[in-house]
Amino acid sequence: MSLSLLTAEFHVERDEIRCIACQVCVRQCANDVHVYDPDDDRVYSDETRCVGCHRCATLCPTRALTIRCTPQEFRANANWSPSIITSVFKQAETGGVLLTGMGCDQPYPIYFDHILLNAAQVTNPSIDPLREPMELRTFIGRKPEQVGVVQDRDNMRLETRLAPQLVLETPILFSAMSYGSISYNACLSLARAAKECGILYNTGEGGLHPTLYEYGPYTIAQVASGRFGVHRAYLETAAALEIKIGQGAKPGIGGHLPGEKVSEDVSRTRMIPQGTDALSPAPHHDIYSIEDLRQLIYALKEATNYTKPVGVKVAAVHHIAPIASGIARAGADYIAIDGLRGGTGAAPTVIRNNVGIPIEMAIAAVDERLRQEGIRNQVSLIAAGSIRSSADVVKAIALGADAVYIGTAALVAMGCHLCQKCYTGKCNWGIATQDPYLTKRLNPNIGARRLVNLLRAWSLEIKEMLGGMGINAIESLRGNRDHLRGVGLNEVELRVLGIKAAGES
Amino acid sequence: MRDGRWEIDANGMHYRALNARLREAVENGAECIVLRNVCGQRYIGANLHRPVEIHIYGTPGNDLAAFMDGPRIIVYGNAQDACGNTMNGGEVVIHGRAGDVTGYSIRGGKIFVRDDVGYRVGIHIKEYQEQRPFIVIGGTAQHFLGEYMAGGVLVVLGLTLRPGECHTATYIGTGMHGGVIYLRGKVADYQLGREVASVPLEDGDWALLRQLVQEFAAHFNRDAEEILAAPFTKLVPLSSRPYGRLYAY
Repeated sequence: MSLSLLTAEFHVERDEIRCIACQVCVRQCANDVHVYDPDDDRVYSDETRCVGCHRCATLCPTRALTIRCTPQEFRANANWSPSIITSVFKQAETGGVLLTGMGCDQPYPIYFDHILLNAAQVTNPSIDPLREPMELRTFIGRKPEQVGVVQDRDNMRLETRLAPQLVLETPILFSAMSYGSISYNACLSLARAAKECGILYNTGEGGLHPTLYEYGPYTIAQVASGRFGVHRAYLETAAALEIKIGQGAKPGIGGHLPGEKVSEDVSRTRMIPQGTDALSPAPHHDIYSIEDLRQLIYALKEATNYTKPVGVKVAAVHHIAPIASGIARAGADYIAIDGLRGGTGAAPTVIRNNVGIPIEMAIAAVDERLRQEGIRNQVSLIAAGSIRSSADVVKAIALGADAVYIGTAALVAMGCHLCQKCYTGKCNWGIATQDPYLTKRLNPNIGARRLVNLLRAWSLEIKEMLGGMGINAIESLRGNRDHLRGVGLNEVELRVLGIKAAGES
Repeated sequence: MRDGRWEIDANGMHYRALNARLREAVENGAECIVLRNVCGQRYIGANLHRPVEIHIYGTPGNDLAAFMDGPRIIVYGNAQDACGNTMNGGEVVIHGRAGDVTGYSIRGGKIFVRDDVGYRVGIHIKEYQEQRPFIVIGGTAQHFLGEYMAGGVLVVLGLTLRPGECHTATYIGTGMHGGVIYLRGKVADYQLGREVASVPLEDGDWALLRQLVQEFAAHFNRDAEEILAAPFTKLVPLSSRPYGRLYAY
């Protein structure tokens, strides 16, 4: 093999005074960075293998390890950055498509960070959510044009028949992450947390493990182009079905779960033989148009006798507003829109970093378009693609979303350090791997507890922000862009977002 | 309704009403249901999962037998697109033609089509444990036959071709990584996807073909031996991991 031009991305610093050669780092690193030499009674490190996941540094009992970005520097060049140079090296050596994991890490503007929230001062009172009622409950599904009520002696009852709805106790759901891309323990953590918080998690396109059927009322089951694991019990168990058209990290392309990740258990949920590639075609070959999408939406509604919402997940792309209008008219009960920075277990780097638009723009454009067309009530909107904090949740809802999907934030809560190597299957945190030695590192009780804690904390913060604005129900925030102001944005950006600049009344 | 036999006149009925009637009949223990005057109603048989025989007179619409698991559907006419979409088990017999993406992603059961089919038929069909799907087409198929095929058996008999005429489909088995395709007659190399190879038939192949062709012949009143007398082409995937070397890690 010829000489590789690639050098280490990270620098492993071992404090030899602190290191007691206990070999925790040796055992914890699935990338074999650390090696114990019994003759020297010392641990050495091969930093070329390091992915910067911090597993060793976090677990080192004497805190002897520090992982830094390599101090090795290329000659400064604003055009040819180190990552571009090393990508060319790697492709020249392999001839392969570069893969990556997690969401786009390029420095495109993050509009959430250019939007500020309002608060009540003098002219209306703010509300103290710790002592006064504050409603975060959110209903996902088609809402009627008008509601008819009949008076039956002492009882009022609804005359209008409502379309099936999902009830969320807080306007957050866990994004689609398949068993296969993440470990069973990660799936179980999400399912348990969803149940405890009264929200839903999403199977992704990997089918549903038999032991997770008990979480059916908290499960959204995906139907993707490969139709993996889609069968009667799967359709009937889930609380809602989601047709996956696209994903923010890889709009317009399909997926290849490599055969080595199709373990015996993964093969059972995907319903394919062990060790074969699980290929998801780029399009659904029964959907070449909005009319065809309607056909699959209604196929799923027929299959489940109109008892559950059927949503459609799409990536945020240039014409997202008319696309969403079409999806609403095709009969979807909700549309999940996944922005440019949405995560993935594996995507070609060039696609992840160059295709799609930010979720902030997409959600604002879609909400505006559906309102203009008078059909906003017909469909719920779920914003996805890097919701990082409770402030992002509030801003997304004020821009027009009904609720948000969180994927990366949930993984980070479970221990993910965003090393972006999910596709290698060697996740040292036991999340994006099927290796039993690694998966047992994620205890589903602890994983679920951390997720529940995150949702509790965010929900409290959302209530504080709502109260500050003098709003006592999340519903009153939806599309309420007057509570948003932009900083450092140009006129076009402000217009697309539908918000005023800071200082404008 | 009499002795578990139901008749439904679908004339002018919306698919939702028709399928609700169908579900009601099945839930009430119907063993045989006859649908008359069917005209484009979609989703007939969707997700039905009891052993029941459904006879359809007319032209059922798209997504016939979608997600179905168990029933037997016989169509006395043509079927439209996506017949057997993601079907798990059961049987569909079509006394006529079927449209595009027939048998999309089926995982089990059998589909017999007497005449020709459209584009991308047998796409992404797969097998799992004891489930193995079979699609037998009496006529010929359009392009991208058996695309992404991951398991199961696809047979194309070419009985609608005139003497000397060949199958014209191209990209046959493109992306195929499991299962087997049998075509009666010959196909040129340029008609095949990059991921498949043509290999000689062995005794086991002939036994399987004989069984499927006999079933086909019984459904449509044809002579199985006459069909089997012609040469067949067998297509298999070159690898179960066609895209294993596509990426840089």
